[in-house]
Amino acid sequence: MRDTFVRQLLELARADDRIMLITGDLGYGVLDEFQRELPRQFLNVGVAEQNMTGVAVGLALSGKVVFTYSIGNFTTLRCLEQLRNDACYHGVNVNAVAVGGGFSYGPLGFSHHATEDLAILRALPGMAVLSPGDCWETACATRALVALPGPGYLRLDKTPAESTHRPLDAFEVGRARMIRDGAAITLMATGGILGEATTAAERLADDGIDCRVLSMHTLKPFDVAAVDAAVRETGGIVTIEEHSVIGGLASAVAETCLSLGIAPRAFERLGLPDVFASEVGSQAYLRARYGLDSASIVSAVHGLVGGRTRKVVGL
Amino acid sequence: MVSHDPWPSPIEATETLARRIRRHALNMTNRGKSSHVGSVLSMADIIAVLYGRILRVDPERPERPERDRFVLSKGHAGAGVYAALAERGFFPVGELASHCQNGSRLSGHVTHKGVPGVELSTGSLGHGLSVAAGMAFAAKLDGRGHRVFVVQSDGECDEGSVWEAILFASHHRLDNLTVVVDYNKIQSLAAVADTLALEPFTDKWRSFGWEVAEVDGHDHAALAERLERVPFAVGKPSVLIAHTTKGKGVSFMENAVLWHYRSPQGEEFEIAMKELED
Repeated sequence: MRDTFVRQLLELARADDRIMLITGDLGYGVLDEFQRELPRQFLNVGVAEQNMTGVAVGLALSGKVVFTYSIGNFTTLRCLEQLRNDACYHGVNVNAVAVGGGFSYGPLGFSHHATEDLAILRALPGMAVLSPGDCWETACATRALVALPGPGYLRLDKTPAESTHRPLDAFEVGRARMIRDGAAITLMATGGILGEATTAAERLADDGIDCRVLSMHTLKPFDVAAVDAAVRETGGIVTIEEHSVIGGLASAVAETCLSLGIAPRAFERLGLPDVFASEVGSQAYLRARYGLDSASIVSAVHGLVGGRTRKVVGL
Repeated sequence: MVSHDPWPSPIEATETLARRIRRHALNMTNRGKSSHVGSVLSMADIIAVLYGRILRVDPERPERPERDRFVLSKGHAGAGVYAALAERGFFPVGELASHCQNGSRLSGHVTHKGVPGVELSTGSLGHGLSVAAGMAFAAKLDGRGHRVFVVQSDGECDEGSVWEAILFASHHRLDNLTVVVDYNKIQSLAAVADTLALEPFTDKWRSFGWEVAEVDGHDHAALAERLERVPFAVGKPSVLIAHTTKGKGVSFMENAVLWHYRSPQGEEFEIAMKELED
């Protein structure tokens, strides 16, 4: 995803000299081509994310389209108030890019786990929140953020889903993509963990349970219609996110249902309960450890289809 | 002073403008029952010289691309900027009466929304300089000749983000960027020296690669002389340490921590207005 993003941005930036990429001293080896080819559109501001975001806003107020780049929480939580007051309040085209959503940097420890970012960024007025599931969606999301006039957040995963792209597929900000259709249960996933959802759906199909799989690549604006359809047309909803169950995808779905006055027949939130992952391991290990891998999804769906409804997670 | 007045204004005119800013600020904080009048009085002369003589801005075309950019980083003193903008003709002076009132666009901390002439909304300290540095960097990148000016407070220099921006500006040789520090030596709860000492303050800026000048922040001729010759050195950002008196112009507000928060009401308001009569 990271490489796709950089490649796509470079391609766009060649044709549009308003586009700038600013890094907070991270991206070793990954940003070299961009820097070499477009040195006037590249800036390494050093290990100073608050200043990076403020500078980005100053550039954007001068007509630039800016992407700030770093790992995990450094482009978001470290400079949250700069995003809120400077980027969002001024409505400028500054896009925070976090490489390493969720447990991407699992072995590096809790400081590098980005597991509350979606909730926090989603709350900022005017902030578009994009969390693509595969590399195709990553390239689309990058193009979309250049075109969107306001601030954005792009969460990139180390382990994307295998390409879900089909010919004539369209990508639209705020519109979920149906990866497969089914009536038993809707699996809604955001980010690279979409791959676990599609794998789970294949296994469940072998068991005679046909799942709808939606890639919720945009958390804000949120696709209300997709939730409505999932409630009406399928037997329930399972949300899957490499993120806290508080404030992210699960919350967005639940809020949407209550606002619409509808309730899924079954509902389960797969995500990190209200804890830090204090043990380390690969992204795959931590997904399994916290019940987010395909086996856990399969088991959750079996539980729901078997009659249990609305299990309470992490409260 | 209105938009068709000759520019730059003579010194007497900026002194008049400063007095008007002070009177407006007293009225605004009185009606709005709001804080920070001492902070506005502290920087009123700096703001008057900037808007009267230095900033190339046009109230008829507030978004003209060639305009100089001004950022008030100590956003709590926003009343002073609103007053200066109204006096320069960016919006009607009468609107100042709505400051901090229900439904008003003139918030206690300076906002750009619906207020022509305000470049950046601030209020949380330590934001303005980074954004201003980004503006200055963009101007260099695009070969534009406009300048960027920032007024920030001394207490604000406690914020780490300020020093991130200071490093950035000198590294990139942003000589189109000028900071004026309103150095009144009093912060929110106590004296700067007793809270988090900044001295040796000029040495700090100098060691970070800025060209430093000092001035009496209430001496209009001296302020104008310094600010008319920025950059102080080619290839370096400029900082003007303006030694000021918090609450300047109202005897009982001068050098008093109290008037960072206290709103001028009743007899105190009447006396203050009398002291600031023409």
